[in-house]
Amino acid sequence: MPPNKPRHKPSRDPRTPMPERAAEVRRGDFDEVASGYSSDDAYREAMRCLQCNNPTCEAGCPVNIRIKDFVGAIIEGQPRRGVEILKERNALPAVCGRVCPQEEQCEAACVLAKKGDPVAIGRLERYLGDFDLACELEHRCVPETAEASGYRCAVVGSGPAGLACAGELARLGHEVTVFESLHAPGGVLTYGIPEFRLPKAIVEAEVGLLEEAGVRIVCDEVIGRIATVEELMTDEGFDAVFIGTGAGLPHFLGIPGENLNGVYSANEYLTRVNLMGAYEFPARADTPVWRGRKVAVVGAGNVAMDAARTAIRLGADEVFLVYRRTEEEMPARREEVHHAKQEGVEFKLLCSPLEITGSNGWVTGIVATRMELGETDESGRRAPVCVLGSDFEIECDTVVIAAGTGANPLTADAAPELERSRRGYIVTDDDGATSTPGVYAGGDIVTGAATVILAMGAGKKAARAMDVWMHQRTES
Amino acid sequence: MFPVVHTRQLSESVFEMGIEAPRIAAKARAGQFLMVRTTGRGERIPLTFSDWSEGEGWIRFIFMRVGKTTHELSHLSVGDSLADVVGPLGVPTHTEPVGRVAIVGGGVGAAVAFPVARAMAQAGSEVSVILGARTRELLVLQDEIAALPGVTLTVVTDDGTAGEKGLVTSPLKRLCEAGSIDRAFAVGPAIMMKFCAATAREYNVPITVSLNPIMVDGTGMCGACRVTVGGQTRFGCVEGPDFDGLAVDWEELMSRQRIYADDERAADSEFSRGCSCHL
Ligand SMILES: Cc1cc2nc3c(=O)[nH]c(=O)nc-3n(C[C@H](O)[C@H](O)[C@H](O)COP(=O)(O)OP(=O)(O)OC[C@H]3O[C@@H](n4cnc5c(N)ncnc54)[C@H](O)[C@@H]3O)c2cc1C
Ligand SMILES: Cc1cc2nc3c(=O)[nH]c(=O)nc-3n(C[C@H](O)[C@H](O)[C@H](O)COP(=O)(O)OP(=O)(O)OC[C@H]3O[C@@H](n4cnc5c(N)ncnc54)[C@H](O)[C@@H]3O)c2cc1C
Ligand code: FES
Repeated sequence: MPPNKPRHKPSRDPRTPMPERAAEVRRGDFDEVASGYSSDDAYREAMRCLQCNNPTCEAGCPVNIRIKDFVGAIIEGQPRRGVEILKERNALPAVCGRVCPQEEQCEAACVLAKKGDPVAIGRLERYLGDFDLACELEHRCVPETAEASGYRCAVVGSGPAGLACAGELARLGHEVTVFESLHAPGGVLTYGIPEFRLPKAIVEAEVGLLEEAGVRIVCDEVIGRIATVEELMTDEGFDAVFIGTGAGLPHFLGIPGENLNGVYSANEYLTRVNLMGAYEFPARADTPVWRGRKVAVVGAGNVAMDAARTAIRLGADEVFLVYRRTEEEMPARREEVHHAKQEGVEFKLLCSPLEITGSNGWVTGIVATRMELGETDESGRRAPVCVLGSDFEIECDTVVIAAGTGANPLTADAAPELERSRRGYIVTDDDGATSTPGVYAGGDIVTGAATVILAMGAGKKAARAMDVWMHQRTES
Repeated sequence: MFPVVHTRQLSESVFEMGIEAPRIAAKARAGQFLMVRTTGRGERIPLTFSDWSEGEGWIRFIFMRVGKTTHELSHLSVGDSLADVVGPLGVPTHTEPVGRVAIVGGGVGAAVAFPVARAMAQAGSEVSVILGARTRELLVLQDEIAALPGVTLTVVTDDGTAGEKGLVTSPLKRLCEAGSIDRAFAVGPAIMMKFCAATAREYNVPITVSLNPIMVDGTGMCGACRVTVGGQTRFGCVEGPDFDGLAVDWEELMSRQRIYADDERAADSEFSRGCSCHL
């Protein structure tokens, strides 16, 4: 230890709360719910960290961010250095600091979690990410890139998997082009996760820094239509290709009435509102969304919470969440469930929709049946079972279905030759290599709907494997 | 940005536009479509290719001014640009030889009928095109279609101002009755396609229709474009736009096309207030 560096004395303060806007205020607009730590908050929270010799939190992070060191940098009053440490492993800290399920990852593995509240690692990550974005553009942290390798890589899809892969390839000195079918990059970060949880300006700014680092992003090009993956390699001269097209195909319930007017997939509802800005229709955006008065959202994952909270903000009088199990089993993050309740979302638990009813082509309600929990099923949760004869009707004028997603359908046209699972996901090895040499894949198109950080981890890992593959092929 | 390289007003409310988009032009096939956004705040709207040139790197489409976005498009001229153009989208129309085929194009549906007729005739089918519109003014691409080698053209208008007076279903019925077609293809307003399908059914003639559900992304991600075909939910943008006309649930399609009618009227009247063409 350097002689003049004082030993770190961790504080025993309770976890520093995240400042949030009051529920009554925030349910009226799309501004961000949590306003972020001040530098005092961040220091106070960082001081709780034990700076363990063997930081178990880092093992809990899918991309192994050097958590101990970036928290240490905050303790030492050196946020700039903290950003640099973070960005070595994670190109999108302001995004991840907001949307990662830290409670299941790094924070779950924090030593303090054994006795009380873990260090708020996610909030500190967000603090540093925001610190960086608050700097003048020329002072922001752009990770250093290796000398140009002369190799060219294509990345299909600009979601977290594609962006992380592209960032890593650029760092390794390769020339990278990202192809995105929509008119804006970011994948689910842009079209799915709402503004009030993840402001689009943050996504744009972090993507902008990747472009600073040399990543070229081409929007409005659908691989599979404008060119196949094979054509990218043969006609367009890319040495390796990464596929990160996500799990964008919305699932429906397969019950009668699902095509009535006023029934949305969560993807459509959220895309209209986020990507197309329908909440500002007609003043500042041209895409409309149906603003129901009584909205029923079916499902209980993060997507369902986002849809329900969006409906509240679009001015619905009542928003119900219809879920066939209990709150215990809900896949959504606790924090989001809590926020949804605070904002007035009503939970109708243990009930399952049988039919959507309508008149004149428009939704009027849902016929549902009551459920009870039976034996534990293969998911480890108690399986819901119908209570016979318990049908009842929920009156509503809008239904949003958040029943999960499947493999993006255009990916099969992009690369028909790749080995796929029964459900259409691309099969890869641990490094993301597919059945075709030089073609890699990662993120939701491999795993099915998962998380931002897992997608990023897969993208990065694949980038390293692509690097090795390109060099080896040239040598042999 | 996609530069506009050609504009032509075809009638009071129908316009043709060409844009520079060499990568799309290289891949375009008859029956496919584009998603277009005029400005950074714009809606994404689907429009079908009416023509393209791989060599010169342009694509063309024809649109009817119905709401805000098409209204805005109609104001653009050479030198302006569109914020976004994505394509080619959708499954190309099957144009392999099928013997004798009748292609019905209603209104701006002619924009689709033209390249489909051209591709089918080139592939060796015997092609009869039936072109219909409410009135002479609204007939689109009549000369271009008439000039296609191997294609016979029948023109129909509701008011009899051009060609025969009546609906497109009358010549279609005659062809079916005479047993002189093996297949039909229809594109135009849903109600027209519905009646073409009913006519084809009467004579057991298979019919393909090019559907136009409301879309958002055009890439299979949102499900806005879902249509019921043969009792199953299908996504118009990635599985279509062509479907078996005998199996389509027309009432549902037409109902779903009207979801935003009120909102869109409001948006367009707002836009029109500041617009010189309504002075
Ligand atoms: C509403 C919602 C809320 C969520 N909330 C959270 C959360 O709080 N925390 C969390 O960790 N995770 C959350 N997730 C999950 C997380 O967003 C995803 O796991 C993650 O985005 C997957 O990343 P990806 O890069 O694999 O795919 P995506 O983000 O889906 O990106 C794929 C991209 O590829 C593009 N693309 C597809 N096909 C083509 C093609 N043929 N050519 C070119 N481009 C193509 C798509 O347009 C898209 O931009 C949420 C998901 C949703 C839908
Ligand atoms: C695959 C496909 C190909 C198409 N090709 C063409 C084409 O080549 N030329 C052309 O003029 N139009 C075409 N359309 C229809 C075109 O997309 C709509 O006219 C356009 O979206 C209207 O946009 P707007 O903002 O001007 O009007 P809006 O304000 O959005 O709508 C005005 C009115 O048109 C109705 N409408 C909106 N979208 C559609 C739609 N997709 N189909 C039918 N009615 C709609 C609305 O309900 C409303 O009543 C196509 C549609 C599809 C799905
Ligand atoms: S338009 Fe979104 S899935 Fe077809």
